[in-house]
Amino acid sequence: MLEIRDLHTVVDGKPILRGVNLKIVAGEVHAVMGPNGSGKSTLAYVLAGREGYQADRGEVLYDGKMLLELTPEERARAGLFLAFQYPVEIPGVANATFLRTAVNAARSARGEEELSAMAFLKEARTKLKQLRMDESFLNRQVNVGFSGGEKKRNEIFQMAMLEPRLAVLDETDSGLDIDALKIVADGINRLRGAGRAMLVITHYQRLLDYTVPDRVHVLAEGRIVRSGGKELAIELEKKGYAEFSSAA
Amino acid sequence: MSASVETVKSVEAATGGEYKYGFYTDIESELAPKGLNKDIVRFISAKKEEPKWLLDWRLKAFQLWLNSAAEEPGWANVRYAPIDYQDAYYYAAPKKGETPKSLDEVDPVLLETYEKLGIPLKEQELLAGVAVDAVFDSVSVATTFKGKLGELGIVFCPISEAVKTHPELVQKYLGSVVPAADNFYATLNSAVFSDGSFVYIPKGVRCPMELSTYFRINAAETGQFERTLIIADVGAHVSYLEGCTAPMRSEHQLHAAVVELVALDDAEIKYSTVQNWYPGDKEGRGGIYNFVTKRGACRGRNSKISWTQVETGSAITWKYPSVILQGDHSTGEFYSVAITNNYQQADTGTKMIHIGRNTSSTIISKGISAGHGQQTYRGLVRVLGKADNARNYTRCDSLLIGEKCGGHTVPYIEAKNRTAKIEHEATTSKISDDQLFYCRQRGLSDEDAVSLIVNGFCKEVLQKLPMEFAVEAQKLLGISLEGAVG
Repeated sequence: MLEIRDLHTVVDGKPILRGVNLKIVAGEVHAVMGPNGSGKSTLAYVLAGREGYQADRGEVLYDGKMLLELTPEERARAGLFLAFQYPVEIPGVANATFLRTAVNAARSARGEEELSAMAFLKEARTKLKQLRMDESFLNRQVNVGFSGGEKKRNEIFQMAMLEPRLAVLDETDSGLDIDALKIVADGINRLRGAGRAMLVITHYQRLLDYTVPDRVHVLAEGRIVRSGGKELAIELEKKGYAEFSSAA
Repeated sequence: MSASVETVKSVEAATGGEYKYGFYTDIESELAPKGLNKDIVRFISAKKEEPKWLLDWRLKAFQLWLNSAAEEPGWANVRYAPIDYQDAYYYAAPKKGETPKSLDEVDPVLLETYEKLGIPLKEQELLAGVAVDAVFDSVSVATTFKGKLGELGIVFCPISEAVKTHPELVQKYLGSVVPAADNFYATLNSAVFSDGSFVYIPKGVRCPMELSTYFRINAAETGQFERTLIIADVGAHVSYLEGCTAPMRSEHQLHAAVVELVALDDAEIKYSTVQNWYPGDKEGRGGIYNFVTKRGACRGRNSKISWTQVETGSAITWKYPSVILQGDHSTGEFYSVAITNNYQQADTGTKMIHIGRNTSSTIISKGISAGHGQQTYRGLVRVLGKADNARNYTRCDSLLIGEKCGGHTVPYIEAKNRTAKIEHEATTSKISDDQLFYCRQRGLSDEDAVSLIVNGFCKEVLQKLPMEFAVEAQKLLGISLEGAVG
């Protein structure tokens, strides 16, 4: 589903990604771990198409398409979802309005009929219930006045509503207490399935206790330096990243 | 393309794109000769078969206007070439024999024009429950729902008609809130006003439907000088909607209206405007000069007047809907959204004059500037000596899009009573790249993202609008959808 080939990215004149290769098959969950500054978030931004995070070399294939040639909204409508590390506030806009606009943008792009307000509300309530989140999320302004944990859970809720083909989660687990962490993990696990792939970027192994990855990769100084099964995450938790930081 | 450039583009598409209402209806107009003099004033008055007192009132105003020629306001933060008042028509009416008694008698071409505007009168009459008094150029063409309102004793008709049917009310209240000598444009209006709406809600009556007027300037080089007078008697309630459009023309057109509201004891008037006059083209050619005086008087105890405006059109806007809080415990409100794009200029705000005891006022102003747009909020909160316990809360938020526009805030506060409590908050912000990227990552186009963010910015004001207007206003804010893609 996703194939990253020799991806290089320079941000503000500094090389951040220096030849990333990664392949994710539909149905798999991959974790990318690594120390601060290793380029994890940059990878997420390049995939989502954020301005200032262009690839200088390499290519990314997504469902056979050249992902990097698409605008951010085209990528989103093609099923790519990014759970932001720092979700953005949009004052005055209700979560429900925001999300319904997003859901319908994707539906229109697929040639499907737009969801009516009622149908959307029904769907949203079901998803909130599954995620053990309060209905008041719908009426609150997008991320305004949300606690850190609420913002992260709101990302998971959006992901549940948008049902992406490829979800990239950028440190969605950071700053969460154990209950919120379980909700986030639960949200990921619910979406796991044959048609979907996930790229979970994380700093700690903690989240991976609840959502077990198929593959774990270590990103250090702009390259994937090691890949393995879930046991790699456990090993990293014990030893830390020191070995990789000094290696390059 | 940088995000800010994209933003500018999408907002251009949203506000500047193509002026949707720029069609011209081919109806023979009956014009008075160009220019302004006593004979023109007499001509207008005669055309309307006015009583002598009104002609005298007009002539007196005309004399005042001549004397005040040097007092054309120059203090507003707007720039334009001097207006030649003698080079315009002061009266234009669609040529037609008899006044229509019902919609069936209205010229079908006119009705078509309204349909293009999205206000099919017939449909509204049947479905929407909105009574519309449509002012086409200077003469009210059709007034719907008159019968139904009549049963409640509500008068809703062109002011020219009210002069004949309810002369005592018109004579008592006309000019009582905005006197003929008030300001240069109001004086001009008093001399040459063509038509407008008249509303009277009798004691204790709550008007069961939204009353609505759709103003539209059609003929070339005509100024439109509507005069609207709304009176809510003791305990009466009314909500009034005003929508404005004008066709595209290369010349500037002057629009100097006067609106007067009077609320007696326990009465409430809510006046909502969606103003979409032609703003001129992308280089600033053409467009309406919207120099309007709107004022409400809370005469009675416990009365309330609320102005809500969404201003997206006009080349230049000069407008300060105000409330005089005379009655004890009276309340004044002003909720405003104004957009200036391309070369549009707006100097707008409000005045809240606290005279009675325990009066309160609220001002929420949201200004959005894009392109080369320049916008100034100008507001006055004045608390007089006897106005014990006066309260005012003011918030002015400016949103800037792009590098060449400007937002300015000029608040005047005068308190002569030490119990007054006045709060003023102001913010200036830009749409951030973070917000745009977040929206686009969720699948929204640039234009939809800007429209969503702008609507969020204006939410507090938009939610004050009656339902049917809120939808129109939201669309206006992001006309984005037309020609925005590709």
